[in-house]
Amino acid sequence: MKRYDTVVIGAGVTGSAVARELSRRKGRFLVLEKASDVCEGTSKANSAIIHAGFDAQPGSLKARMNVRGNLMMDKLSEELDIPFRRVGALVVCLREEELPRLRELQERGRENGVEGLELLSGEQARALEPNLSKEVCGALLAKTSGIICPFALTLGLAESAAKNGVEFRFDTEVTGLSPEEGGWVLQAGGEEVHTRTVVNAAGVHAGLLHNMVCEQKLAVIPRKGEYCLLDKTAGGHVGRTIFQLPGRLGKGVLVSPTVHGNLLLGPTAADVEDPDSTATTAAGLTEVMEKSAWGVKDIPYRQVITSFMGLRAHEAGDDFVLAESAPGFFDGAGIESPGLSSAPAIGEYLAGLVTDKLGLEENPDFDPIRRGAPRIAELPLEERAAKIAENPLYGNIICRCEEVSEGEILDAIHGILGARTLDGVKRRTRAGMGRCQSGFCSPRVMEILARELRLDLTEIRKNGGDSQIVLKKTRGEREA
Amino acid sequence: MSQSGIHEIAIIGGGPAGLAAAIAAREAGARDIVILEREKELGGILNQCIHNGFGLHTFQEELTGPEYAARYIRQVKDLGIPYLLSTTVVDLRREEDHVAVTSVSRRDGLLQTRARAVVLAMGCRERPRGALNIPGTRPAGIFSAGTAQRLVNLEGYLPGRRVVILGSGDIGLIMARRMTLEGAKVLCVAEIQPYSGGLKRNIVQCLQDYGIPLKLSHTVVDIRGKERVSGVTIAQVDQNLKPIPGTEEDFDCDTLLLSVGLLPENELSKAVGVELAPATGGPRVNESLETNIPGVFACGNVLHVHDLVDYVSEEAANAGRCAARFAAGTLSGGGREIPLAPAGAVRYTVPAGVDPVRMDGEAVVRFRVGRNMRKAVVTVLAEEPGQEPRTLLRRKRPVMAPGEMEQIALKKEWLTGDETKITVEAREEDA
Repeated sequence: MKRYDTVVIGAGVTGSAVARELSRRKGRFLVLEKASDVCEGTSKANSAIIHAGFDAQPGSLKARMNVRGNLMMDKLSEELDIPFRRVGALVVCLREEELPRLRELQERGRENGVEGLELLSGEQARALEPNLSKEVCGALLAKTSGIICPFALTLGLAESAAKNGVEFRFDTEVTGLSPEEGGWVLQAGGEEVHTRTVVNAAGVHAGLLHNMVCEQKLAVIPRKGEYCLLDKTAGGHVGRTIFQLPGRLGKGVLVSPTVHGNLLLGPTAADVEDPDSTATTAAGLTEVMEKSAWGVKDIPYRQVITSFMGLRAHEAGDDFVLAESAPGFFDGAGIESPGLSSAPAIGEYLAGLVTDKLGLEENPDFDPIRRGAPRIAELPLEERAAKIAENPLYGNIICRCEEVSEGEILDAIHGILGARTLDGVKRRTRAGMGRCQSGFCSPRVMEILARELRLDLTEIRKNGGDSQIVLKKTRGEREA
Repeated sequence: MSQSGIHEIAIIGGGPAGLAAAIAAREAGARDIVILEREKELGGILNQCIHNGFGLHTFQEELTGPEYAARYIRQVKDLGIPYLLSTTVVDLRREEDHVAVTSVSRRDGLLQTRARAVVLAMGCRERPRGALNIPGTRPAGIFSAGTAQRLVNLEGYLPGRRVVILGSGDIGLIMARRMTLEGAKVLCVAEIQPYSGGLKRNIVQCLQDYGIPLKLSHTVVDIRGKERVSGVTIAQVDQNLKPIPGTEEDFDCDTLLLSVGLLPENELSKAVGVELAPATGGPRVNESLETNIPGVFACGNVLHVHDLVDYVSEEAANAGRCAARFAAGTLSGGGREIPLAPAGAVRYTVPAGVDPVRMDGEAVVRFRVGRNMRKAVVTVLAEEPGQEPRTLLRRKRPVMAPGEMEQIALKKEWLTGDETKITVEAREEDA
């Protein structure tokens, strides 16, 4: 009987970070993911911020993991070859009487060990960010705050783990979990999987898994956040992430550049019942637009190219749950903001707990370096010409808005955790993420996927489950 | 190519506009022209428009899109005009005596093309869902109408069986009929405006003939379904286009097609510094269809969204001729540009200004109105300092609609050259 040392449930950013840290050790590790790809849940729809760490309560796991995760990010982004920019953040205050709260935030940050916090006047803040509204009367500058591509981070971690020997299975949902002699047996995708330890990194479903096996129950409540994304022409509207100090009008929304040069607005915050529902609402999107205007003026709302909703896995205890909750069952639960920022530290921490439990040895073959596929359009002209000379498919543009070539799409499909869906290609290459939102390129990407994966066009899916895009041939075939 | 390695004209785009521009430029004497086309065939979007109705004005017969394109493609080939296929232009730059065109392709790799004049003919793209901020889920089964058209007509696949269409632009209307003919059930077409943005003949031939309801002043307020669309909710909107609570109606469907407007695709134009007109989303051009960047011309849907391809061809031919004159050094200006100002229901004019010295007898001025009108009158007024405005043209139009492009011919002989402004106005006769 094949038995793993550890099964990680969930290939989001937390599960992928745990998997990569585990691959530094010798052992048999498996990641199970119910979706068709990495980064399909909370990890893909969030603010894409690497927070400085001044916000969380001193002494909490959130504070500790956030500050550590932030510190780890420079080296990690280099090792994984992913974009990360420390652009800094401003928490802006809109009312004089609330200014003392900025000082409190700064103090809290110091307690958490955050460097580079500075109080600014309204004028100083506007000198840095000319589009701040005139109501801004003070700000806290956090120099270590950064922006990242959540998908690139998750894929980078997962690919690095896979490269170092971790197995991944997609479209495989864990439906049962029970202890057995010396470990656990999981019902996963119609099969039994045996393992010595389990890491629960199931995001909004983590409570469900935990409660299958633990006496002390968790209450993971999906909390939704709606966002609007603006075209790259609006990306320079602010240079830093602009947060609003929570105030009389409630908690505001952030306005931030993204690493790809777009402008992101959001999120709202409301609890929902359905952990799988990611429907946006008219009220939510209106709220995003209204609140974003409090601290930043003249946002070009006409340039919204898409809106989306993400679910945060809020736990009733208001902190991350990182612990061996049952013998050999480790929780990475309640991972809401600052979960993305904390992921590298959570990975290190949980993998450390597992290592101690199982007495795992170092993996001398671990290679921390993972190379991402080249983004041809971003290369200087000479390098671009050289790349195309090397592989002419890099000259065949498929997605005109983001200038993504056929060669890059093939890299994505044939990569170590290759794309198998339209969304998989989109997140790896940006084909379909531009201003036409895949109108022109989706039929061509579908053709390439079908050709490379030897599938019929009717089998090509947008993402997981029954998300096929075309239903049948119009000619020469009877409907099944 | 000349000794200097500089072409006379580079044409960006081998669709109807680029083809007509190339042919006219050659006929006007330009010998050294090159067309750069990103798709693997010439013809542009016409290749997927397999319905008929093209060419009534140009050829006095009803052609399909590919047939219409084929006539121009044949001429381009007969004239021996070179074209590069599967070649995507990624940058344009104005240099001292030429425009530098950077393109990439599988065959030629990264290519630098230099030309004295450039004709922008990149066409337009469809407005995506995100631009409307329609709430709901984001499953498979949401297509822009043109994407669905390509899947059905070029790939031969059916994208859905029960369909709701949002927006009554021409592609949406055409696709309502197309999907019906392919065996799908089109439940309705919802249009947020109180009027359709499409041609009258398409409303009759594509909806009424098939019993497909057109719901004016309605929009989609919710999309359901996790993996595939399972339904949408449509509601009536008020004068401010806001949904009216209580008017919601649910439709069970697996597909939502969007035909909610076309946007001229001007990323390259911006790269070379072309000034855009907010009302059209296309370059601001003069009577020669020249942009603010000397030697850079624009025509077709990249300039403003047209209703009929016949007018695209006509306009593009003019751009091609002017580009040929520019390349030959005979399009010297010298005169002063008189701005054209839209008034009343007129939303914009193309061109946005005319230089009488450079006018060739007359300038065709194209425009659209912003609302449905009956018993309308179009007036063209010239203003000169110290004088009463002079009426250049007054024409009655029994019906005017936003979906239909209008045009007038502005005669050179009407102008003194001292005008400070020419106003193009449309309003109801009794107003």
